[in-house]
Amino acid sequence: MSRLGKIARRTFLIGSAAVAGGVVFGVYAARTPHPNPLAETLADGEASFNPWIKIDGEKITLITPHSDVGQGVRHMQAMLIAEEMDLDPGQFTTDFGAPDPAYWNRAFSEEGAPFMSRDESRGAETARTVVGYAVKMFGIQATGGSTAVADSFDKLREAGAVARETLKLAASQRTGVPVAELTTASAAVRLPDGSEIAYTELAADAATLDPVTDVTLREPADWRLIGKPQQRLDIVGKSTGTATYGIDLKMDGMVHASVRFNPRQGGPLNGYDASAAEAMRGVQRILPVTNGVAVIADNTWRTFQALDAIDYDWGPAPYPPEQDAHWEVLANSFTDNRLDSEWRHEGDVPAALAGAETIAAEYRAPYVAHAPLEPLNALILVTENRVDIWAGHQIPRTVEDMVAGITGHDVKNVHFHNQYAGGSFGHRLEFENIRYAAEIGAQMVGTPVKLTFRREEDFAHDFPRQIAMARGAGVVTGGKIGTCDLSICSPSPIASQMPRANFPAPPGPDMQIVAGAWNMPYKIDNLRVRAYRAPELAPVSSWRSVGASHAGFFAESFVDELIHAAGQDPLEARLAMCDYDIARNVLEAVAEMSNWGTDPGENRGRGVAFVSSFGTPTAEVVEVTAGEDGIRIDKVFVAADVGTVVDPVNFENHVQGAVVWGLGHAMNCEITYSDGMAEQSNYDLHPAMRLYQCPEIAVRALENQSKIRGIGEPPVPPAASALANAIFAATGQRLREMPFNKFVDFV
Amino acid sequence: MQLTVNGTTHEVDVEDDMPLLWVLRDELGITGVKYGCGIAQCGACTVIVDGYAERSCQIAAADVDGPVTTIEGLGTPQTLHAVQEAWIEHQVAQCGYCQSGQIMNAAAFLAETPDPADDEIDDAMSGNLCRCGTYPRIRAAVKSAATKLKRA
Ligand code: FES
Ligand code: FES
Repeated sequence: MSRLGKIARRTFLIGSAAVAGGVVFGVYAARTPHPNPLAETLADGEASFNPWIKIDGEKITLITPHSDVGQGVRHMQAMLIAEEMDLDPGQFTTDFGAPDPAYWNRAFSEEGAPFMSRDESRGAETARTVVGYAVKMFGIQATGGSTAVADSFDKLREAGAVARETLKLAASQRTGVPVAELTTASAAVRLPDGSEIAYTELAADAATLDPVTDVTLREPADWRLIGKPQQRLDIVGKSTGTATYGIDLKMDGMVHASVRFNPRQGGPLNGYDASAAEAMRGVQRILPVTNGVAVIADNTWRTFQALDAIDYDWGPAPYPPEQDAHWEVLANSFTDNRLDSEWRHEGDVPAALAGAETIAAEYRAPYVAHAPLEPLNALILVTENRVDIWAGHQIPRTVEDMVAGITGHDVKNVHFHNQYAGGSFGHRLEFENIRYAAEIGAQMVGTPVKLTFRREEDFAHDFPRQIAMARGAGVVTGGKIGTCDLSICSPSPIASQMPRANFPAPPGPDMQIVAGAWNMPYKIDNLRVRAYRAPELAPVSSWRSVGASHAGFFAESFVDELIHAAGQDPLEARLAMCDYDIARNVLEAVAEMSNWGTDPGENRGRGVAFVSSFGTPTAEVVEVTAGEDGIRIDKVFVAADVGTVVDPVNFENHVQGAVVWGLGHAMNCEITYSDGMAEQSNYDLHPAMRLYQCPEIAVRALENQSKIRGIGEPPVPPAASALANAIFAATGQRLREMPFNKFVDFV
Repeated sequence: MQLTVNGTTHEVDVEDDMPLLWVLRDELGITGVKYGCGIAQCGACTVIVDGYAERSCQIAAADVDGPVTTIEGLGTPQTLHAVQEAWIEHQVAQCGYCQSGQIMNAAAFLAETPDPADDEIDDAMSGNLCRCGTYPRIRAAVKSAATKLKRA
């Protein structure tokens, strides 16, 4: 069966399960389990064929419900529709749309589990676990987990095809020309005589028709947009200062707000003295909020100044106040009663380790902040009957639920307006801006209030990436790895995050503790990967690539140590152990790109790492020079297999960005706690990577996978270990703890 | 006090020590200039004052001693500045939040250094953070912009 055939079949099966009664292929696209939310909003003569497309006499609007936090998904979603609908850029506008169950994320339940194709039964088991947590964690409509392309790829092309065919039917009925003789191009139906009828002219007719749902998607060879370099729809706005982010919104009568709440996250406010602040210029109100205080003023800076002038009596943190105690908790959690999962055990590891000469190592990954460049913010207007809230957020429907819970409005009367976000990296899965905006708005009925977090406040409440530790034990036999035993311990990021999103913590293991490690594509006689769940410490949250950001580092660093002990070449040895063709291909690609095997030169070294996360196998080679001023990263070579690349320019940009993210934080960043507070409050103490440290980054996309996958996160996990392995190759020094700048200098 | 921004003179009534950033954003409604850190660490707030790239979060309103140009005054979608053209050609932006500052910094830098060496670009642009990691494209776009400006 052709690949397209397979996609259609899978879609059909899922569609059948969701729609009662017998269905034929295609009906699914129009008859989703949820009614089309656009139907309620239609004016006379306006047509909507499904939740993503709306046409009237003047314009075509495409609804792109995935949140755009910089990954370009608004463009990607629009292009998928435009491809099948025969629209050219400039012939339509886009809109994030109102939150609605119709925009449920199919990829969370279909492809949420990075299970190995060779291990169907275990994969299925894991998939079930993940589906459970994903559904609970993200609700229905959500952007995250590198799923936006996978969720959209079939369904938005189908949506575009349905619109095209329905418009053709409308044209056929108007002209009497059979549908089979009609074609479409540039937002118009074309008749055999060469004349055209614009889609907008057909909207009123099409509105009276049942959508044509028996559609055929175009063959890849016929794609005009998919796979071709495109100018992103938001690129001009983002290069001219004309793109608007949540923080830029203005309304008549709007006032500014900012908050300060206990920097010991979750700790109470025992009391405060705001008398000095009350008298300050521009200050209008000082309001109590949960665990803190909000100031309303006529200028953002004046809110910051007033908050500085308040005396606060903060209560203690609900977790150990000092960082050392956090590490101690992890070190003491490698115990049987804290075993969370053991999804990988091949051979007999305990027997192989008993009495053997073992190689042992311990690794650490610190807390790290998301700190997207646009500080948290939200604009809210609460009136007696309704609430409107504007912000960039990745879980829109939960925003509405949460606001309703705070203001007391019926959720039907709460309207969330999603905005372009100045980055997220997981930060906009949290709700602090939403919660506090709602608390403030409820005390400012009738007045629009824009809440802006000061950068320091944003850092204090970042909900950083979880800390993690690993212990590895291995045995080398016959010039290769005979035994590899890896135990990874961290608090569960999912258990910490979900209650804040109003979801119960899911039962069962948290696959994030070992994500990217347990699924290593290596055949080793005795191989075991175990997860230990430490008790919750400081609250933590999904950080770009989530668990794989620590587990991938541990696994690929320890495997590298064992390979070295066996006297093997790091890349050749990985290829020799690799029993998954798709993974082998990406490893071979970086070997070729980096001229692996040639002499790197004096004081230079190469390191390789491979991690598969979010279903995208990704290999990286890092090249460093160890000079007098320290380590310089010269080049990085990346190969990743996503099945199909929708936009090669955006693909390259995001792989490069993810590598910069992975390297920069591994080199330079950690969040540590003292007196219950994060010690790093701004970019001076948490700089990640600046331009002068940025290497050349060469990127290659492979398209051998049968499924389409995301790229926002998968290049992050290999970066840290490829760098550590390269530094070892150049200097002989093993780096087992991030950030590396505690142990080596970087140029 | 009086402030000239993008060729228009405004009368503003603010504290002497209010940072220019907040005068621009909240008093004058010019929001192409961004708040990122408030402590001279990110460069998102970069504007050009009298020809020099300045961090507007660090200049007190009373200390502004020349005409201010923000990204809106550098070029518009219809009349792009060469640096903006280069930024669009290379599709530098991801989230885009840092890019106003990057572009203003690059424009002031190239006006001073029309023929920049690679390490000069690195030095000049390293005060501007990009959390999305668009640095490889920023480097390429600065070079293209330099070529465009020389041709112009
Ligand atoms: S906001 Fe001025 S440098 Fe960051
Ligand atoms: S593009 Fe997002 S911070 Fe630079």
